[in-house]
Amino acid sequence: MNLSATQESPAVRVGLTALTVVLLVTLLLLPLAVVFTEALKHGLAIAADALVAPDAIAAIELTLIVAAISVPLNTVCGLAAAWCIVRFRFSGRGLLITLIELPFSVSPVISGLVWILLFGANGWFGPAFDRAGIRVIFAIPGLVLATTFVTFPFVVRTLIPLMEQQGASEEEAALTLGATGWQTFWRVTLPNIRWGLLYGVLLCNARAMGEFGAVAVVSGHVRGQTMTMPLQVEALFNDYDWVGAFTIAGLLSMLALLTLVVKAALEWRIGSRGGPLL
Amino acid sequence: MSVELRDLSKSFGGVAALNRVSLTIAQGEFLALLGPSGSGKTTLLRVVAGLDFVDSGDITVDGRSMQSVPARERSVGFVFQHYALFRHMTVMRNVAFGLAVQPRNRRPPAREVRARVQSLLDFMEIGDLAHRYPEQISGGQRQRVALARALAIEPRLLLLDEPFGALDAKVRKSLRVWLRALHDRMGLTSIFVTHDQAEAMEMADRVAVLRAGRVEQVDAPARLYAEPASAFVHEFIGESVRFDCIVSDGLARIEGLPNVQIPTTCPAGQAVALIRLHEIGLLPGPGPARVESRHLVGPMCRTVVALNDDVFDVLATEAAWAPAPGQTCNLDLSRARIYRSEPNWDS
Repeated sequence: MNLSATQESPAVRVGLTALTVVLLVTLLLLPLAVVFTEALKHGLAIAADALVAPDAIAAIELTLIVAAISVPLNTVCGLAAAWCIVRFRFSGRGLLITLIELPFSVSPVISGLVWILLFGANGWFGPAFDRAGIRVIFAIPGLVLATTFVTFPFVVRTLIPLMEQQGASEEEAALTLGATGWQTFWRVTLPNIRWGLLYGVLLCNARAMGEFGAVAVVSGHVRGQTMTMPLQVEALFNDYDWVGAFTIAGLLSMLALLTLVVKAALEWRIGSRGGPLL
Repeated sequence: MSVELRDLSKSFGGVAALNRVSLTIAQGEFLALLGPSGSGKTTLLRVVAGLDFVDSGDITVDGRSMQSVPARERSVGFVFQHYALFRHMTVMRNVAFGLAVQPRNRRPPAREVRARVQSLLDFMEIGDLAHRYPEQISGGQRQRVALARALAIEPRLLLLDEPFGALDAKVRKSLRVWLRALHDRMGLTSIFVTHDQAEAMEMADRVAVLRAGRVEQVDAPARLYAEPASAFVHEFIGESVRFDCIVSDGLARIEGLPNVQIPTTCPAGQAVALIRLHEIGLLPGPGPARVESRHLVGPMCRTVVALNDDVFDVLATEAAWAPAPGQTCNLDLSRARIYRSEPNWDS
């Protein structure tokens, strides 16, 4: 048999493939299957009941609110940061690029804890906010801060390589043709990065809804008030309410699957336009 | 529309990109900025367009200072090196862009914009590409779209940055002629950047040779070739042979050629003698030069001559006398130009 230098023998190939399949099934498919079987163990009706329980609905609502604030915030800030980093050369630019990734490298617990240290009862700004009657920690503002911090890198990290590769010449062309900065942004910059931006927003949203660690620290775990979906899953699980826990987990899993489908579609779309993926 | 650049200086992180550049471009003129890469020619073009800013100096257009005029109000057509077409717009929308972004009170109605763009595209011989996207057309076609887009705003000044840089040799040649004709027909004032001396010499009314951010010489192509102002220009425009020489008593003497004495006004000391290949004369020997080989190329005869350690070509007409390979001969270098040597030019 003729084997080229980069081809392994059939035994090795079959072995490696089998190993991959086993790992895929045990690490990815099995847990996913468990989530849905456990949720539906006592029938669809029970699962549906768990989904419309007042605490569950409150958790879903809170998750949506937090995501609805932090995702647009990160989209706008991410766009601005990417623009500034790609288009301008200034001292400290390298440091800024590194800092942007900080939320990825730092433990989520710390990402939550810093907000307690800043806005908690004994924190730097906590007492001042307390006197003003604004609750940050154990309330929606804290959840939003923690989520925004954790999900900040997604949009920026997607946009920087894309904008760097496209260069500034189209924007400069727009300027010489008489366009204002605003017109240039809406008519040239944004259309060029729209798929990349959407991709970043999608990943940002998935993480915003699924974040556990940072949110757990600032939430305070008040049922029906400061519990997001991931926190609710844990609480129900600790109560031995397996159907309730797995029903909400199933909802989160469906969000993840949907994200994957849209992400794949976007990658195909960006790829077919000749742009880079990441 | 005349443009005057006065004493423009700009540096990037301590390196001078423009060093006291002064130039005047007359109404209707086609001026080429020629120089090696890093000579500042693209920076100069960007400064005129308002995309970069000088550290000192002033740009005036028809007597009006452009310093405080932003790029979008300069009414300058800019053709980018890689065209910078809007990739998500059709050819039609690309060309219409400059009209579409005008303030509402000055913007022509959509129907008129479409008609004007279509007639401009027809004029550029790309009328049938109106609904294609940039990635669906060839390099030469993109070049024309980029030009049409720049011309759609009826610019007072057209700036072209290496307009043919990304095209293959054949398309480039035909576009040169076409672009020059377009400039004349539309009565434009144009500045174009190139590193290709043949392109500059063929198309431009005048050529400005740039080196390390300085203008070395501005002249009509023929004069630039016949009377180069510096050794750099002499060597950059056309082929030349270089000899080191020493000037004393108003005469330049070349090492190893005791018979050669060229009168010069250069100050005494080290200098260089530069001469075109066809200006070198071969005289019957015996002498210090040795003929290596000869080949006939069309009506011209190219003789390869060795002198000391140097080997160079001499061009002569077929009819001129030339020694056979292997023979020695004398050189007539009386037509050489003597320039001061510039050992520390860059510092």
